[in-house]
Amino acid sequence: MSQITKTTYQLPIGPIHPALKEPVMFKFEIDGEKIIAVDVELGHVHRAIEWTGMRRNPIQIIYLAERICGICSFVHPMAYCRAVENACNIQVPERADYLRVVHGELERIASHLLWAGVAAHEIGFDTVLFLTWEMREKVLDLIEYLTGNRVTKAILMIGGVRRDIKPENIPKIKETLEYFKENYKKLSHVFLDDKTFKMRSQGCGILTYEDALRLCAVGPTTRASGVKKDVRVDQPYAAYSDLDVDYMTPDKRTGEINGDVYDRIIVRLLEVKQSIELIERAVDQMPTGDIMSEPKIPKLLNYIKKTAGEGIGRDEAPRGEVIHYIKFDGVNEQPFTWKVRASTYANILPWIPMLKGQQIADISIVAASTDPCMSCTNRVTIIDKNKKYMLDKEQLHKLSVEKTRRLMR
Amino acid sequence: MPEKKTKKKPAEKTVETPNKQLSPEEIVTYFKDKFTTKIKSAEIKKRATGSKKKEFVNIWMKIDKSIFKNFIEHLCNLTYPHLAVCSGNDLGNQIELVYSFSIYYGKHLQEISLNVGVEVPKSKPEIETICDWIPGALITEREKQEMLGIKIIGIPDSRRLFLPDDFPKNVYPWRKDEQTKKEIEKLYKNLHEGAKKK
Repeated sequence: MSQITKTTYQLPIGPIHPALKEPVMFKFEIDGEKIIAVDVELGHVHRAIEWTGMRRNPIQIIYLAERICGICSFVHPMAYCRAVENACNIQVPERADYLRVVHGELERIASHLLWAGVAAHEIGFDTVLFLTWEMREKVLDLIEYLTGNRVTKAILMIGGVRRDIKPENIPKIKETLEYFKENYKKLSHVFLDDKTFKMRSQGCGILTYEDALRLCAVGPTTRASGVKKDVRVDQPYAAYSDLDVDYMTPDKRTGEINGDVYDRIIVRLLEVKQSIELIERAVDQMPTGDIMSEPKIPKLLNYIKKTAGEGIGRDEAPRGEVIHYIKFDGVNEQPFTWKVRASTYANILPWIPMLKGQQIADISIVAASTDPCMSCTNRVTIIDKNKKYMLDKEQLHKLSVEKTRRLMR
Repeated sequence: MPEKKTKKKPAEKTVETPNKQLSPEEIVTYFKDKFTTKIKSAEIKKRATGSKKKEFVNIWMKIDKSIFKNFIEHLCNLTYPHLAVCSGNDLGNQIELVYSFSIYYGKHLQEISLNVGVEVPKSKPEIETICDWIPGALITEREKQEMLGIKIIGIPDSRRLFLPDDFPKNVYPWRKDEQTKKEIEKLYKNLHEGAKKK
């Protein structure tokens, strides 16, 4: 009897695929092609980083924090350093504040371009993937030139940064920024004016203004729904208070806010342009002076050890707000508590209203639209009545590509 | 069923913008007037950044557990807050939960970080859920349940979040007492020896 009356079936997606940066398990309730209910399971790569951190000294944690995420390898140590600076009342030199902006914005460009490539791949535009990732290579080259490494930069220190930008480095920065300005037009034309891109992304994966507020969404995900929320503007840190930053919401380009995937593309692309301008201004206005408040590490460690206090560091990562909480007891070198809240943590719940009512072929692009580091889905087991068959990531991707081709006809 | 409906209503009301924006000092006096001695301490920390030395504000409050839910209700009526995260400290006989909110976002330099600390006794670690006011608190509340062993009363979804299903029950990794240390040590003590034998 139940077999006859039951009209929906379950569709589990995930949790692990070699291409997944952040394994997540989705359980969908499907009616035909339509998603009725969504459940998300996490924790497949919980590495107990906070637990480990509570057994390390404050300097060692910087490098541990850098390894929380490969893409946000600047923002996490930055939020951690700011939490320690707030807890122990350490003042950062002005020049270091500007250098932090430059590195933070370079990371934002790299991250948004990586995301744009992945989004294009998800709907079957692999040529656009190569176009964006070619541009991303240029940022990584510049990051390597300035810090010595492409991903794990080890540039931050509590109370400043470890490497300065010298006058002889500036021509290379300007040259790369010029390259971006030239190519940005092409990029925004491809993403925002293309008919097929619009067909796949407009009206798809909608997050309403109320849901974004109530579910505590962060970053481009919440800004695309019209919530003006950006730590760089609300509560500026580093040199952002000097640089006149504004909220990037989709109405800046289209005049309206829909909260769909298309709006999230607009927000990210506008932010790439904003980042280019911010780096330019930061480099021009950078004051001279020290880059570290205390260059002697043992002295710094000793000072932190003797200070009791708690503090938070809030930063705007490419994916949204990151917050680190730290507490020192004034006796031990190791922090008493260290809590990390990455941006995707806050963007998990908004997936549920976004995915409800969508088609299976839209799962990958909607899930990817919050930039969760988990756009690739591993395998799908469809249990339909007594038949059980598997869809692997390739087939799921194929479904998505086929939908694009169908729309193009 | 009717109970659920009444719970949902106040949350819908709160998504309205407030008429007047309070300064950090006014916020502290607002809550002190409302709850008097139940606000154990309140501190305003201001720090400046950049060359123009513009300031940002952090408010640190410690409140009594008995007024916690009422406090959240007042906060939501004042202005709808964004809950960033709930952190937890094991203080020995007490567990302190620190709720980090941010309020008045949406305007340049106007945002205030409000950190509210609540202590619950370790012998009876219970606190009420705030999911009926802020549904986005679910993830962080579920995390506190499994990591610190806090019982969240009325949580809509009490499953584990990050810990695997085969992780021993009644072991809470972020607690600092001797018994937890022993239990955790058991989990990783023989890991390397096992690898060598193979």
